Amino acid sequence: MKRINTYIIALLTISFLGSAQQTPTPQQQNTVAIVGATAHIGNGSVLENSLVIFKDGVLQYVGAHDEGKINSDNEVINASGQHVYPGFIIPNSTLGLIEIDAVRASDDDSEIGTWNPHIRSLIAYNTESKVVETMRPNGVLLAQITPRGGRISGTSSVVQLDAWNWEDAVIKVDDGIHMNWPNSFSRGRWWAGEDPGLKINKNYNGEIQELTSYFNNARVHNANENPGLNLPFEAMKGVFDGNKTLYIHVDDEKGIIDAVAFSKTQNIQKVVLVGAYEAYKQTALLKENGISVLLRRIHTRPEKSDEDYDLPFKLAKILVDAGVTVALEASGDMERMNSRNLPFYAGTTVAYGLSKEQALQLITLNAAKILGIDAHYGSLEVGKSATLFISKGDALDMRTNHLKNAYIDGRKISLESHQTKLWKRYSNKYKNQ
Amino acid sequence: MKKIQLLLMGILCISTAYAQDYFPKNDGVKSEITNYTAIINAKLYITPTKVIENGTLLIKDGMVVRSGKNIQIPENSEIIDANGNSVYPSFVDMYSTFGVAKPKRVNGSGRSPQYGPSREGFYWNDHIRPEQNAIDVFKFDEKTAKSMLEQGFGVVNTHMEDGIVRGSGALIALDLDGTDANRIISGRSGQYLSFSKSVQSRQSYPTSIMGGMALLRQLYHDADWYKKGNAKTTDRSIEAFNSNSDLVQIMGAGSRANALRADAVGDQFGIQYIILGGGDEYERINTIKNTNAAFILPVNFPKPYDVENSFLANKLELESMKEWNQRPSNPKVFEEHNIKFALTTNGLKSVSEFKTHVKNAINHGLSPTKALEALTTVPSQLLRNNKIGNLQNGSYANFTITSGDIFETTTSIYEHWIRGSRTVFGDLNSKDVRGSYTFNFDNSEYKLDISGKKEAPKATLKADSLKLSCSVKQDKDWVYLLFTSKDTLQQNFMRFSAKVNETSSNLSGILNFSDGSSQNLTLIKAEKKDDKTSEKEKKESEAKTILSVSYPNGPYGFDKLPEAETLLFQNATVWTNENDGILTHTDVLIKDGKIAAIGQNLKSKNAKIIDATGKHLTSGIIDEHSHIAAASINEAGQNSSAEVSIEDVIDADDVNIYRNLSGGVTTIQILHGSANPIGGRSAIIKLKWGESAKNLIYKNSPKFIKFALGENVKQSNWGSYERFPQTRMGVEQTYMDYFSRAKAYDLKKKSGQAYRVDLELEVLAEILNKERFISCHSYVQSEINMLMKVAERFNFNINTFTHILEGYKVADKMKAHGVGASTFSDWWAYKYEVNDAIPYNAAILNNVGVITAINSDDAEMSRRLNQEAAKAVKYGGASEEDAWKMVTLNPAKLLHIDDKVGSIKVGKDADLVLWSNHPLSIYAKAEQTLIEGTTYFDIARNQEHRKNITTERNTLIQMMLKAKNKGMKTQAVKVNKKQDMHCDTLDHEQNHNHN
Repeated sequence: MKRINTYIIALLTISFLGSAQQTPTPQQQNTVAIVGATAHIGNGSVLENSLVIFKDGVLQYVGAHDEGKINSDNEVINASGQHVYPGFIIPNSTLGLIEIDAVRASDDDSEIGTWNPHIRSLIAYNTESKVVETMRPNGVLLAQITPRGGRISGTSSVVQLDAWNWEDAVIKVDDGIHMNWPNSFSRGRWWAGEDPGLKINKNYNGEIQELTSYFNNARVHNANENPGLNLPFEAMKGVFDGNKTLYIHVDDEKGIIDAVAFSKTQNIQKVVLVGAYEAYKQTALLKENGISVLLRRIHTRPEKSDEDYDLPFKLAKILVDAGVTVALEASGDMERMNSRNLPFYAGTTVAYGLSKEQALQLITLNAAKILGIDAHYGSLEVGKSATLFISKGDALDMRTNHLKNAYIDGRKISLESHQTKLWKRYSNKYKNQ
Repeated sequence: MKKIQLLLMGILCISTAYAQDYFPKNDGVKSEITNYTAIINAKLYITPTKVIENGTLLIKDGMVVRSGKNIQIPENSEIIDANGNSVYPSFVDMYSTFGVAKPKRVNGSGRSPQYGPSREGFYWNDHIRPEQNAIDVFKFDEKTAKSMLEQGFGVVNTHMEDGIVRGSGALIALDLDGTDANRIISGRSGQYLSFSKSVQSRQSYPTSIMGGMALLRQLYHDADWYKKGNAKTTDRSIEAFNSNSDLVQIMGAGSRANALRADAVGDQFGIQYIILGGGDEYERINTIKNTNAAFILPVNFPKPYDVENSFLANKLELESMKEWNQRPSNPKVFEEHNIKFALTTNGLKSVSEFKTHVKNAINHGLSPTKALEALTTVPSQLLRNNKIGNLQNGSYANFTITSGDIFETTTSIYEHWIRGSRTVFGDLNSKDVRGSYTFNFDNSEYKLDISGKKEAPKATLKADSLKLSCSVKQDKDWVYLLFTSKDTLQQNFMRFSAKVNETSSNLSGILNFSDGSSQNLTLIKAEKKDDKTSEKEKKESEAKTILSVSYPNGPYGFDKLPEAETLLFQNATVWTNENDGILTHTDVLIKDGKIAAIGQNLKSKNAKIIDATGKHLTSGIIDEHSHIAAASINEAGQNSSAEVSIEDVIDADDVNIYRNLSGGVTTIQILHGSANPIGGRSAIIKLKWGESAKNLIYKNSPKFIKFALGENVKQSNWGSYERFPQTRMGVEQTYMDYFSRAKAYDLKKKSGQAYRVDLELEVLAEILNKERFISCHSYVQSEINMLMKVAERFNFNINTFTHILEGYKVADKMKAHGVGASTFSDWWAYKYEVNDAIPYNAAILNNVGVITAINSDDAEMSRRLNQEAAKAVKYGGASEEDAWKMVTLNPAKLLHIDDKVGSIKVGKDADLVLWSNHPLSIYAKAEQTLIEGTTYFDIARNQEHRKNITTERNTLIQMMLKAKNKGMKTQAVKVNKKQDMHCDTLDHEQNHNHN
């Protein structure tokens, strides 16, 4: 009987694995000590031959190798010659909101309408997405799930990528509101016989006026002691009282200057620019106003044919050198499945000027600071969550990014996926031929 | 001006309404005029190069009887004294749509495109319309005619500007007073063609320029077949097409690139088109000269951009700014290179801008004589009509009388005569009152300047240095002046009227005051000084600063094309891709474009030494699946488009070529898209940045064609439900059908029987004969298996499966079939059929022994293919050498070019990349990229390019600001975004779906 039960459980497990994500791991049981690795802290510093100890999901020790710190009941992992990194963070992501781009039924990223601050990404986040599980083997362990579309797209939340459901997954609920700044240029509608090129958006000032009016109305609504029912305005409250970050998606220089001026006029406390292609021309303004940047995908081409061919590769360097807090985002074409390449976006910034530890900050501590989760995530510091991984080599280079173990809040997570299963299944098929 | 014109019209138009002499007359008696008209005392341009001072033009019945000097004037001649003014032959516009309304676009219903034709008894494709004759719908347009006459045009060759074959044009004289009987010089003048579809049909094919080319080619074959009497049915289009074959063939190419495409089609069928250019021909004038075609050039030079707002100006592409600067010199470049050209008003928003633009071209170096030829004798010659465009004896009496050089801005056109009909714009004999005058009254000295055009003078008036508002009008021999009083508190108007005096240049007349009183006043004309306007003209004509043309003529272009060098790379880590593997501390010598030696301590006397210590030298990256550098990618109008070829639409100026070089890519296969089961033929090119499209094509290129399977060819992801196939089951049968027909076709052809040339089946027969290889877009295992089985039934092999994301599921079958794989490193999840795509695919295929490549299908990823190769190590554990081969030697093998490229081996092409670091590392940068020994990318030289771009941008912005400041009209900044091409991109469409 017992044996049959075991069989049934095994069968169930197998069939379950066949269609869904890896089973989330339970709470950390044993204290883990990672010994001898090069520890990349995430704040710019690096420790050779380190010791990293964590218990109950929390880092207890991060420092020089000291045998005295290791208890006999510790699970000791020898990682000499290997590297430990804090889990990478992908902000401004639609992971779990779309499964397959071309299958409309699987798309949940963009609601209709223009003013959607009340739209919350979190509740649509699919923890069982097959795409999400492919992030982890490359070290991407946390994500800010962000809706798209409209003038105000909605509200994002920050999740960890190994969970049964969105309530398990969330580490910061409704962290910010995302707004798309009006474009200075609009594209001609080719299907209406117009030149498909870009022409000046004549309604730019009008669109800013609309935004201003919307914010003013939302503010006075929330100032009222007994406001009537207005879900969108209510959702805006956090932006005014400093509980939510205002993420302004904007690329061009003038838009950036206008957006900064707007946020000052509106007295918004936490402002982050997303995309920010031309932020490199306004670094002083951003620094002066304490505005940080989620920089657009590094692996893109320049907007214009006469720009430096490597401009997207070196933007991070320019911003970092100017003292702007920068993290990397990856939105755009093929963004979900490509998010596992986040470490290599950071690696590219090294080829174009940053140090490896600076580049690492762009996808760890800087991202955590910008998303407001740095008290617990983003670096290997005592007291923070043990969300980290061990890589056999330099994790920012695809040549050497090879994960051995990964942990979220101390839980050792599976590095398998739908893809690794297929790999093994067919490798075995040919091995036996 | 207009008023004067109207006024004079009534009086001066002594029009003889020419009624044909055999028409009955019931309203009176026949009154035939047999008099002559003699224009005497004229500077007579019989042709642009035969100019007679003090000449006489004798005309009768709308024809030139005699022209020249010392012409005997018959007694019954009306004599018109031209007073030393100039007489020019009327201009001819040979690319006109005058009087032929553009048809309305048909509106369609339904979501699916229309695949079949709308007509019966005509060609199968609605865009072939040789049977439409301009003359059938011609309706004289008096308003346009007047503005044409005013610009100097007297004759136009008009046509129906609609369709790929547009039928015959009509040669029309712009005779305002006559009837069509007088106006129509020829109702069958030239056959017009283009690459643009008709708006009168929604038939989908062709959706691309290469489809347009293929359609034309097929039409020529079909017309020949029909002419020989082989067709069993009637085709009114082909009949018209064959009957139009004796006409001049005029191709509305509209751009430099399309001009070359048109010429390539023409050459194939022994037809020399006259080509409408696009104004950008100067960018590669030698390729244009090589066409041997005569050109019709537009003069729609761009206005300067309004760059006052620096943010907006920053968005402007350097290329657009350069166009503004360089385009007016296009006609001059034609003149310099001795290429025959005519000028046209085509492309202008308003005909009235024409002469201003021609003047601009002259200011940019075009000689006035050439300009005149381009408007008279050249079109006459091209249209094979020697009675237009000159004033020789026996020609049409179509001419203008002008105050001077017809292209000068201050010159007035007084009269325009068309076949005896006389249109008067200004009084030939009225006195020129322009100049400076002084007069006194009320103790003040007034100074008046009359300037501008003679028939439309302008006035400025100063009283003791205070500027007064003032206007002047001349009505024949009366001059009227209106001006305000000096008193600034109370502004009164004063009027002055004077009759022009024949003997004195002063103006004497009556001055009327505001209170009704008046006094006599004489305006004393000053001695003639240097005309202010002519000085201004001179300034304008000053040598314009024209930026030099680079190759390509955009950013990162070369002033002079780089050449192959003898180079010695010393002490490199050399990835040979041969049995030697990776050699450290090794030298590589390249000479005459080839790899000359590999070894240690190599010596060469004249080689340039490159220290490669600490660096890696590899063969150039080869991208098996690219869509950059092409003007179109998909011909989606049919389920098979084997007849089209990407080689026809290479865009050598795409900046992505340079960007690819910066990522170490040297060779790419530009594949047709995946819109249909049988796609189009590929182009394999080397990225020789700066060379012309033709020179990019790989020498003795193996022949390839793109096939496609799955969701794209089923049209699953957009609302199209009409075209077969809609299922994978149908895809198989599509192939069965086409290959069976191709087999029968080939058998018939080989048997020596007469056969109708079918370009599509020709290409498919090449596949059956193993002369052309298939690279097939594929995702899921069932369809991959299916295509291999279809091929096996027809006794050939599939060469490559591209994408092949489920290749790992049928790797053993692929190996048995002998097909290669060209895949993505890690893309998936963008559509349903890539749900099982895994990044381990390449490694598994490689392990099983399938020749495996990693491609980009993406203009961004292609410049990082070294990193994509590294992922085959990460996912699945391929060796680093094997991984490197996936982007070099293996694609070379798949493309059958590994005898020349793909590895570092003595005798192979010196297509090399010098990397700063391990080439599979994210930290590696290509420092130099060479093709056949020529350095096309150099990271140090790139810094120079950047400086030049900055300098050119700043120079041009300053020039445009200056132009605006001078009062020139500007245009708003806009960005002509080049389309990014992917597998499913159609022409003129922005489509961001992938693969």
